[in-house]
This record gives sequence, C-alpha cells and structure tokens, in this order.
Amino acid sequence: MDIVFLTFILVLAVFLGFELISKVPATLHTPLMSGANAISGITLAGAFVAAGISGNDMANWLGGAAVTFATINVVGGYLVTDRMLSMFKSKRSTGK
Amino acid sequence: MIDLIANFSYIVSAALFIYGLKMLGSPATARKGNILSSIGMLVAVVAALVSDGAAFEIIAGGIIIGAAIGLLAARLVAMTSMPEMVALFNGSGGAASLLVGWATLYQSTDAGISGFTAFTIALAILIGGLTFTGSLIAYGKLSEKLNSAAFVFSGQRLLNGLLLLAIAACVYRFCTDPAADSVYLYGLLGLALLLGIMAVIPIGGADMPVVISLLNSYSGIAACAAGFAINNNILIVAGSLVGASGIILTNIMCKAMNRSLANVLFSGFGAVKVGKAVEGEVKPVSVEDAYYILEAASNVCFVPGYGMAVAQAQHVVKELGHILEANGCEVSYAIHPVAGRMPGHMNVLLAEADVPYEQLVEMDDINPRIENVDVAIVIGANDVVNPSAREDEDSPIYGMPIINVDQARTVFVLKRSMASGFSGVDNPLFFGENTRMLFGDAKESISGVIGEFGS
Repeated sequence: MDIVFLTFILVLAVFLGFELISKVPATLHTPLMSGANAISGITLAGAFVAAGISGNDMANWLGGAAVTFATINVVGGYLVTDRMLSMFKSKRSTGK
Repeated sequence: MIDLIANFSYIVSAALFIYGLKMLGSPATARKGNILSSIGMLVAVVAALVSDGAAFEIIAGGIIIGAAIGLLAARLVAMTSMPEMVALFNGSGGAASLLVGWATLYQSTDAGISGFTAFTIALAILIGGLTFTGSLIAYGKLSEKLNSAAFVFSGQRLLNGLLLLAIAACVYRFCTDPAADSVYLYGLLGLALLLGIMAVIPIGGADMPVVISLLNSYSGIAACAAGFAINNNILIVAGSLVGASGIILTNIMCKAMNRSLANVLFSGFGAVKVGKAVEGEVKPVSVEDAYYILEAASNVCFVPGYGMAVAQAQHVVKELGHILEANGCEVSYAIHPVAGRMPGHMNVLLAEADVPYEQLVEMDDINPRIENVDVAIVIGANDVVNPSAREDEDSPIYGMPIINVDQARTVFVLKRSMASGFSGVDNPLFFGENTRMLFGDAKESISGVIGEFGS
C-alpha cells in the first residue's frame, strides 16, 4: 500500500511540475533552473536519517558526507538564485 | 506523534515549494518566490532534524562545512561563470542522493530489504552518480578546464551500450540479493560514475544549455528515488517537481535548436553533414564609421551570444545602449533561446549590467519587425544568426530557428577574427550585402564607439 501511495504522490507532483513551468518567459530560465536546483537539495532531509543510523560507522560517514553535499546544494543554490534575481530590474525601479 | 507533526510540516513545505516555483515564473515576483521556496526548505529541514535527527555532531559538522562552501561559492563567483557554478551545485545534489541511497542499505539490513526498496536504492545510486560525474564534466567543459568540443571516438556507441548492459545486470543482481557488501553494489557505483562521464564528453559546448537542464532534471529524479528508498514524502514531491521542470526546460532548449533530445545526446555536432562553403568578400568597418551609422540610426537591436560573456562586454553594451537611447534611438536586445551556455544565460548577464528586462525581447517577437531595425549589432553570436539554418539544406544547423538579422537594414558583426563559430559552420551572414564586420575584441570595439559619441 505504501508503494501505491508514494507513487500516487509522485505522479501528481510530476503533473504539477509540468503545469507550473511550461509558461515561464525565457528571461527567467536561468533563475528558474538554479532555483529548482536548490530544491533538489531536499535530499538533505533524507541525509539526516542516514547520518543517524546507529551502530554503523560506515553509514554515519556516508550520511555525514551526504549532509555536506546536500547543504552545499541548498545554500549555494538559493543564494546564487537570489543574487541573480536581485539584478533583474524593471525600467521603473532603475528610475532613470 | 513527532512523525505526524513532521509529515504535516512536509505538507507546508511542499506548498511553499509549489507557490515559490509559480512565483519564479514572473520577473516581478521571482525574488519573493525564491525566498518562499527557501523557507519551505527550512521548514522541511527542521522537521526532518526534529523527527529523525540523531548523531548531531556529524550533522552539525556537515551543515557547517557545506554551508560555508555554498556561501563562499555563491558570493564569490563572477556572473560570467554562472553556468559552471550551477553545474557544480547540481553535481553535489546528485552526490548527496547517491550517498543517502547507499547509506540506507546499512539501516535495514537486519529487517531485510524488499526488492522494491533495493530497486529504488539502485536508482538513487545510478542517477545520483551519473548526475555527479556528468555535472563535473559539464563544469570542466564550461570553465574551459577541459576541451569544450565534442569528444568522439570510434566504438563509443558500442562501449556505451556495453556499459548500459553491465549496469542493468548489476541492478538486477543487486535487487535479487540486496546487501551493503554486495559486489554488484560496488560495480553499480563505479559504472554509474563512469556513465556520467561517458554521457557528457560527446556533447559540444554549444549544446551545453540542453545538458545543464537535463542534469538538473536528473538531480531531481535522484532525490525522488532516494525518497522512495527511505519512505519520505517530501523528497518525492520536491524531487519530482524539479525533475519535471528540468525536462520542460530541456525540451524548450531542444525545440529552439530544432533537434530532438536523442540527436543532441548521441551525435557530436557537425559530424553529420558539411554545408556549402561560403564564398564572398567581407566588408570591414572602422570604429569611426560605425559611430556615424549608429548616430543616424533610430532603431538599434543588440544580438548577444556567448562571445559577449567571454569578452565581459555586457557593461559597455549597456552603456552604448544608454547613449543611443539618449540620442533618441529605440534600443532592444534580442535573445535567442540557446544563446550562451545555459538557458537564459544572456538575460542574466544583461540584467547584471542593469538592462531593464522590458528591453529584452525574444526571438519570436523581434523577427516579424526585424526589417524596421536600422542596425542590428551582433556581439559574439554566430550560429543563432546564421542564415544557412534557413536556406542551406545541407547545413548541419538547417532548420534551427534563428534571429533573422540579415534582414535588418544594416548588420554590424563584432568578431575577433574570421574563424568559424563553435559548430565549425561557415556563416554567409558575414558576406552579406548589408553586413559590416567590426574586427577586434568586442569590449574594446564598443568602448571605441562610445568614445566617438563622447568626442
């Protein structure tokens, strides 16, 4: 039942993703891509489980490395996206 | 109880991701959207930490190191090297999914691992690993640490086919007898990493926008597979959102080149056909003459390409645009969907130089009115303005939609020398009746024109 339930979520999320992205103007393709990239760092939430597996050093090392990599993805991804978006200005706000 | 709260928090964070992505779709709300999505991430991470967190010293160490690296990289990178930075972040996401999948094996060994879980673990390792090394190769090519040309050798397809077969065999054997010390697990790890390398080396620099968005999609799918492996909803939802959005971007890029995804992935550019050699005489123009023509123009359109990024010319381009506007001229920037090395690359560079986004026009908007443009200034773009794509059926880029600058009244092409573009295709535009070549470094040439306006 778990499998069916999870697959159900998967399919709905895929359709939602297609709906959300299909009408984005070309100007925003890069921020969109790097913003989505930051979201893929969600693996961080899973990495905590791995880091905490008791009684196995190997698992903890792998988990710790996963936490590090995922944090790079999350922190770097969001900051870079924000930096890019802060440069997008409308004619009015440049005020010249 | 804690589990229940965590799962409700995941719902909140999924809603924030979805709303954030939606707001990323419009320039006015994009920044807020990104912040919303980062709040969603914070909610999910805190919830996971509260419900599953143990071994806090390991987690804290990982977060501190990772955050420091991410922060420094995001702050220090120059805007022109953004594509390779995005590739690196993407690669680290893939690596994380691989490691989570791998570590999960140690968790459930005593209870036994179901075939389905083993399969999702194998998928997380496979896709995560291929995202990791693929992104590293893409990084190398984009930063020119590796040769950015397509790397093709004989027997490549055979080798890749064998690689895929070997991977399928490893996945099958691993799923029938899943264990943390399975030989097939290590085989799969190695082969997945190798596959990432093999998949990206035959793809040339000009096709990089496609690869980057495809790898982005993979990193989402890897997170999704890891979510199945550890039974975590938010990983599945967020991962599949990213996966779907990456696929759509990839599709947009492929359409903009009039090629199928399979064609981009499996054929080195230009290896198929050789177009007609172009003959004729180029007409160079001096900075001074360029100034006289621009001074009299009432409608100027800039067409930037990767060369603008290389020459770091975006600021002087904007300055010239500003001077022309003050001179009573209408200025626009026409951007081809695959100009540059990642989707929307030129838009980011021009935004960095303070060009308001209303002045950036897409290919389909500029082409119908290109005949009213007095001067089209092509800066470091080649294939995306090559009329062969329209006229020469033998050309490798035939059928690709282009910006029809050759139909503008006058075309300036800023170019370092007469070498052909990235794809190695001759460009008849350079020999056109109304084309004037402004040879030299793009930044210096434009600064020269600006100087003429000043004097």
